[in-house]
Amino acid sequence: MASKEKLSGRKRDERIAGYVFSLPAVVLLIVFLGVPIIYTVYYSVFQYQVMRPNDILFIGLENYKKLISDSDFWVSLKNTFYFTVVVVPVQCILALLLAMLVSKKFKGVSIFRTMYFSPQLTSMVVISVLWTVLYNSNPNTGLINAFLTNLGMEPINFLTNEKTAMNSIIFMSAWQGAGYQMMIFLAGLQGIPRDQYEAASVDGATPFQQFWSITLPNLKGTIKYVIMITMIQAMKLFTQPYVMTQGGPRNSTKTMVYYIYTQGFQKGNFGYACAVAAVFFVIVVAMSLLMQNLTSEE
Amino acid sequence: MKSLKAQNALHKILFYAGNTIIGIIFVSPLIWMIAASLKPEAKIFANMNSIKTFVPEDASLNNFIEVFRRIDLLNVFKNTILYILLILLFDLLLNSLCGYALAKFRFRGRKLILSFVVALMVMPMEAILLPMYIEMSQLGWVNTMQALVVPSIAKCFSIYMFYNFFIDIPDDLIEAASIDGSSPVRTFFFIVMPISKTVYATVFILDFVAHWNDFMWPFLVMTGKDRRTIQLAVQSFFGTQPVHYSAIMASLVLSAIPMIIMFVFMQKYYVEGIASSGIKG
Repeated sequence: MASKEKLSGRKRDERIAGYVFSLPAVVLLIVFLGVPIIYTVYYSVFQYQVMRPNDILFIGLENYKKLISDSDFWVSLKNTFYFTVVVVPVQCILALLLAMLVSKKFKGVSIFRTMYFSPQLTSMVVISVLWTVLYNSNPNTGLINAFLTNLGMEPINFLTNEKTAMNSIIFMSAWQGAGYQMMIFLAGLQGIPRDQYEAASVDGATPFQQFWSITLPNLKGTIKYVIMITMIQAMKLFTQPYVMTQGGPRNSTKTMVYYIYTQGFQKGNFGYACAVAAVFFVIVVAMSLLMQNLTSEE
Repeated sequence: MKSLKAQNALHKILFYAGNTIIGIIFVSPLIWMIAASLKPEAKIFANMNSIKTFVPEDASLNNFIEVFRRIDLLNVFKNTILYILLILLFDLLLNSLCGYALAKFRFRGRKLILSFVVALMVMPMEAILLPMYIEMSQLGWVNTMQALVVPSIAKCFSIYMFYNFFIDIPDDLIEAASIDGSSPVRTFFFIVMPISKTVYATVFILDFVAHWNDFMWPFLVMTGKDRRTIQLAVQSFFGTQPVHYSAIMASLVLSAIPMIIMFVFMQKYYVEGIASSGIKG
């Protein structure tokens, strides 16, 4: 009898402790994540100028209608998709190749791992500033163009030509980010049982066949996760164009987040910027759900 | 047998040669950055056509002194580290408490909270910047430390990391403590925390790095010059006239030093944290 009472007392303690322990974090999440999500949608149906906060006016779906005919919005959407669709495969394949290069436990392998990881030890701002200098179109000051002219090629206006600006940002971002995904792949590769390779090797499978029929299937979960985080990261592109090109030349590097920033914080069209943000949010969620479904069907 | 040995030797040569070549290409931008930070401004773009551009001629620390002369870097470092440590103090405490509750206590709403935490892990902060900013200005927090610290404390990702770790702690251990008369609070702080150092170290390093590199949020809410964070200082120094490229390179190197120190001392947890997120996620 006494022990039963004690037990139910413990259960009650546990329940109370559950609430008390989780409450602070949950309250903070509601205030600084939940409420802003709701308010993004709420403000998006208002005309709300930062300069005139008292003239807030309900306009229904007007902001969204305006979006559809706003060519700057479509350009930012297109640029965001272009960046994502190119950088995700480039960066993930690069990361996987690097991981395979350093997956064997040779002496000194950690030095090479650190080398590939080292761009991660500097921030995106730092990398963007550095590469703006490296990308300089004058071969006398830009390292990459100096290298190209040494090879007998014409210098390229990496960041000042609308055709190359986004690709230049992609190349740099893949270089900076690959080390991170490499570490995830490395853990995945090391989880593959060695005997699978040994058996295949005895059967005379070539390294390429081994990669195709052992490495890739075993890494499926890891690949899915890596693609997912790289994709979400890519959709949020802002720092690189802000520091390197200010969205130019001719809006060729203006992304959705950049457009939210321009509309909301530079022009003060909060209501309209919230509509862009709501669309952005829906796209990110939809893309991640799509990714999950596409990969789980296989 | 001999051919196998020869094959192994060949593998070894390919491994070292391939990695050395690719590795050097990979780090060459960073080497150039460090070399340039040591060169006098007049020499920074000399020898661009030869390998000598990677070698600092007349190397000195003058550029670093120049950075300290032109921007109040000590203050910037102090601000940044202070705000990150404040976030991390509450981040580690509150998110681990929440993760522990979700992992070990049965209470109504537990499943609901857990599914929200998991769903909102992919939530892009960028989508809610505008109402966040309005919240900050209504609270009167724009340009204060609170704007950087308070909204960044609770993190779904941290909660999930803690949850994943605590769920593997045997229930027997907690029950035994409870039978011995230990309250849930006592059990958490004196039994669970001491055996969970790895997860705390992992969340610490991952979040430290994330906040050290954070640009957009500080950029929006910290407009005052005397309170800016390291990334803001580096970014604005890049655009400040007169442009001294060697001093800029020195500022880039300086801003990376805390990260390098962190990496050297906490490499194990950092790398494990990145890797384990892939296995569990």
